[in-house]
Amino acid sequence: MSSFSITEPSKGQKWIAGILVIGYALITLLPLIWILATGFKSSADSIAYPPKVTFEPTLEGYVNLFTSQTRQTPEYLAENPPQTWYEEIVRDKGMVIAGPSRFGERFLNSTIIGFGSTFLSVFLGTLAAYAFSRFKVPLKDDLLFFILSTRMMPPIAVAIPIFLMFRIVGLSDTHAGMILLYTAVNLSLSVWLLKGFIDEIPREYEEAALIDGYTRFQAFYKVVLPQAATGIASTAIFCLIFAWNEYAFAVLLTSGTAQTAPPFIPTIIGVGGQDWPAVAAGASLFLLPVMVFTILLRKHLLRGITFGAVRK
Amino acid sequence: MSDSAIDRVARATPPKLAKKVRGYSDRAIAWVFVTPTIILLLAVNIFPLLWTIWLSFTNYRANRPNLDAKWIGLKNYERILTDADIWLTMQATAHFLFWTLFFQVLIGFALAWLINRKFKGNDLWTTVIVLPMMLSPAVVGNFWTFLYQPQIGLFNYAVAFLTGADPTSFSMIGDVSLAPWSIVIVDTWMWTPFVMLICLAGLRSIPDSIYEAAECDRASKWRQFWTITVPMVLPFLMLAVLFRGIENFKMFDLVVQLTGGGPGSTTELTSINLKREAFEKWRTGYSSAYAIILFVTVFGLASIYVKALNKVKER
Repeated sequence: MSSFSITEPSKGQKWIAGILVIGYALITLLPLIWILATGFKSSADSIAYPPKVTFEPTLEGYVNLFTSQTRQTPEYLAENPPQTWYEEIVRDKGMVIAGPSRFGERFLNSTIIGFGSTFLSVFLGTLAAYAFSRFKVPLKDDLLFFILSTRMMPPIAVAIPIFLMFRIVGLSDTHAGMILLYTAVNLSLSVWLLKGFIDEIPREYEEAALIDGYTRFQAFYKVVLPQAATGIASTAIFCLIFAWNEYAFAVLLTSGTAQTAPPFIPTIIGVGGQDWPAVAAGASLFLLPVMVFTILLRKHLLRGITFGAVRK
Repeated sequence: MSDSAIDRVARATPPKLAKKVRGYSDRAIAWVFVTPTIILLLAVNIFPLLWTIWLSFTNYRANRPNLDAKWIGLKNYERILTDADIWLTMQATAHFLFWTLFFQVLIGFALAWLINRKFKGNDLWTTVIVLPMMLSPAVVGNFWTFLYQPQIGLFNYAVAFLTGADPTSFSMIGDVSLAPWSIVIVDTWMWTPFVMLICLAGLRSIPDSIYEAAECDRASKWRQFWTITVPMVLPFLMLAVLFRGIENFKMFDLVVQLTGGGPGSTTELTSINLKREAFEKWRTGYSSAYAIILFVTVFGLASIYVKALNKVKER
């Protein structure tokens, strides 16, 4: 575009646009900053009014998040002095650390189930997308509508038969069950996205490879896959974010062993109601990876989100 | 690849024969690649749907698995379609759908248009705006109950600060009239960036040459906006509305954490009602029929909408 383009907005316009957008962005950011800040407040500070903007940071919320505590008699407290800095925080309230809380486990479950299902749905999705893209497979044209319609069922509705199925097969509250479920839910979207990305790769490359004597599989593996890498990355990010954030299935189909973080965080109770600093700490730890991911990989994300719209 | 005699022979044979002789044929590969996906989709999408349809004609209760499921025909459907409470949930859902779409389209398009003015650093701020969309709706819903607390919440404090009203005089989650708006606000906060991104893609797809030609024809900016910008962004906007509409019809996570469907049933959306029927009252057959009705509704509305969307695209 030449610097004298008559369609380029004027400087004044750019300025006003900038101010409005930055204003909106800051307002949007406010709740997020508040969550992060509350994680570092003491119990008293978190429920103070007017809401405290400046406060003395403490790790009390995080300690409460990661430990389970019990009361002990004063004699016990006197006999067993606190050994570490986090013990001291807990002693201040007259409690003793009884062991780790279940948050660590839940966070780990989220990670395992998230990455597991992402890997599977991208792996199977790439294979299927390649086949749909390059070969004449039946039902190819109805694929899009089929995919859209699988996303129309409310998760709760799907959960009813899945709940029964899992009970029969013995997959209730297991990592494998949740991984399979999330994979299947993500699969239709992932196939559709990946097919789009693979469609964009000219067939000439594979055909050249085939003429050179590569097998179809080698052509796929050595020629197509590297070129589809960014598309695969975009799809993987979406699958991971879905599995990471998912709540409905997790709350209905898991309880102890395979429970992920989203159903758990709202249940963090302190003395007299929800322990807001601990909840905020848990939420921060849970939301932070996604936020960092988004900032670092925004180009991939943006590509994936607008992909469906622009392709047509 | 080493240049052995076999390779030289392979290269000399015509491609079609080569494909069949070396490695798996195309057909085999196609089937091997597609089958696992199809199996998984059948098992987790199609089979449960069929099972749900079957269940909807019975009076099965999942918490009494030993009781035989009795076939009761269309009785579940009758009960649902004549239940006044169900219409209340539909109303709550419609209110939620309409207002979230309304605000998200308005603000999303406006933001996209402003960002398209290409001021310095718009990339950074776009990413900031996109953040809420990536978060777990359940965790966000839970945390917003904290922000909405009348005594200690940031939201009430901010409103009081801006309007001078008494912060404890209203409770977004507690008041029957305000609760529906509380969920609209949070959903808009989360998903406006989605509409914005799609509109932005739409705006960026309009070639500058069209605007330049319009300038040459001395069309005013206002006219350009309405005759060029809006029609060309419309398909994108409609697509965004389709996606958001379907998602918000199914909305569960956010609202269940934010208001739990209350106070009373004012924010009880269809998914929440469904969960209550299926997993609290354990009326499995009844809730299966409910699920089917919901699915058919969404499917029907979406099909009509997609037809309209395709017509707009062809223009």
